[in-house]
Amino acid sequence: MKQLTVLSGKGGTGKTSITAAFAVLAKSTVVADCDVDAPDLHMLLHPEIIKAQDFGGSKLAVIEKKVCIKCGLCREKCNFDAITEDYEVNAIACEGCGVCKVACPVNAITLVPRISGKAFISKTKYGFMSHALLYPGESNSGKLVTLVRQNAKIIAEKEECERIIIDGSPGLGCPVIASITGVDAALVVTEPTLSGIHDLERVLKLLDHFNVVPFVCINMYDVNADNTNNILSFCSINGIDVVGIIPFSSEFTHAMVNGKTVIEYSPQSSVSEGIRNMWNKICQSTKV
Amino acid sequence: MLVSVASGKGGTGKTSVAINMALSVGNVQLLDCDVEEPNVHLFLHPEMYKKEAVHTLIPRVDRELCDNCGECAKFCQYNAIFVTSEKTLVFPELCHSCGGCALVCPRKAISWEKHRIGVLNFGTAGDLTLVYGELEVSKPLAVPVIKAVKKQIKIDKNVILDSPPGTSCPFVETVRGSNFCVLVTEPTPFGLHDLKITVEVLRRMAVPFGVVVNRTGIGDKAVYEYCEKESIRILLEIPYQRRIAELYSKGIPFSLEMPEWEEKFSALHNEIAELVGK
Repeated sequence: MKQLTVLSGKGGTGKTSITAAFAVLAKSTVVADCDVDAPDLHMLLHPEIIKAQDFGGSKLAVIEKKVCIKCGLCREKCNFDAITEDYEVNAIACEGCGVCKVACPVNAITLVPRISGKAFISKTKYGFMSHALLYPGESNSGKLVTLVRQNAKIIAEKEECERIIIDGSPGLGCPVIASITGVDAALVVTEPTLSGIHDLERVLKLLDHFNVVPFVCINMYDVNADNTNNILSFCSINGIDVVGIIPFSSEFTHAMVNGKTVIEYSPQSSVSEGIRNMWNKICQSTKV
Repeated sequence: MLVSVASGKGGTGKTSVAINMALSVGNVQLLDCDVEEPNVHLFLHPEMYKKEAVHTLIPRVDRELCDNCGECAKFCQYNAIFVTSEKTLVFPELCHSCGGCALVCPRKAISWEKHRIGVLNFGTAGDLTLVYGELEVSKPLAVPVIKAVKKQIKIDKNVILDSPPGTSCPFVETVRGSNFCVLVTEPTPFGLHDLKITVEVLRRMAVPFGVVVNRTGIGDKAVYEYCEKESIRILLEIPYQRRIAELYSKGIPFSLEMPEWEEKFSALHNEIAELVGK
């Protein structure tokens, strides 16, 4: 079974729209939405939930008011400024480390499990989907990404699927790292802007660090021809395959507003054509 | 006054709004808290004068004192310590620097050492001062770098913080303590969906906020309906224009080339100051 993660570094380059299009084109595939704090893929693929499970990210400190002697030791030892002057625990700041519990001389603090989100296994028109929702303000997105990937793997093995496609989140930090460890390849969707190029270079370094084969897609290539050429020559010098060059098009937005992937909404458009070519190139690549 | 600029969905125009507002207001300190992918400096061509490493503190186990009893590993909620009968191993990438392992160690075998995870960059562009954080590639924890950037806040300035996308810890850390948060969205289903999550977080955090709708004319009207229903103030609308997109691609803040926008961004900042009462 092969795993492909779609990434971008910079947000808003078209990751999710392209992943959704792949989901339509790919056969025998499980799709995993690993952008768990801003998941959008379900709006295009309309999954029907088969199974939901609670996600316990970390724990939460609870202070028993009656026992607390307000000595201040917990506040002093907390490295996350999570205990207020009135000895309330700020749930958003608390990382559930348990230092306050150890510091408390009168055992007034307990750590309770906290439900930070939900993970789902679903079915779409095109196959199975693993996804999740991190509750607003909760942390541990990296851990939830790992759970979504585990779920995807379980279904893929059970259903004997050939492939998992993972929609990643923007950036480079823990959720992104959790979405690329151990995958076979990653497609970085970039745009020909200075920000896009800057962020692309950093994501490529990250992929190199984790030994993941990189592919690049330049979306909206016609917004700046010079920058597109710069990306092409940068990739060619570094031996990176540019598998897709997609023009700027409002089709993506129109498709989104209609709750459809661009392949379903306008199959004959140049954008759909470009995505189909890109998908074929990725499937045929000898690098993976 | 501390104003943060954020959005759930990436690529809605946060950085653009932060920069154009910064250039339209005097006495500004601009802090790029998108430490995973900082971009602000690309638009300002700042003169950089200083770099400072950002470290976290991670446990160092004194092999002489440690008897591998495993108390530290049992305590650690992040699985950052692994103990065998012969060795106690620390995984710096997983450590959240809570300090608990040293507290529970019965033999006082744990001290602290610095672990480099990023860098702060200091610069100026005209009368604007800039600090941007940069997380080292392959390091997972952005929050300590964001905290380091925020330690540089000069409260007598008009402070503008550019937030990373998303709605979890890096965003929460950036907007924590802001007098106001500008939420940039686009009038599309994705933009709206992620805006709603962000609004929920800000309401829980009790940070006042308003919305800037970018690329108006694309998408649909649902963002407006939502804001009206929720009594959320729309502070500014920026139309979709090819020229703005092209200037952005070249790293040029559009208010420099389209001067009518300088006034609009300056009015935006004034409106926020009035709303905050500063």
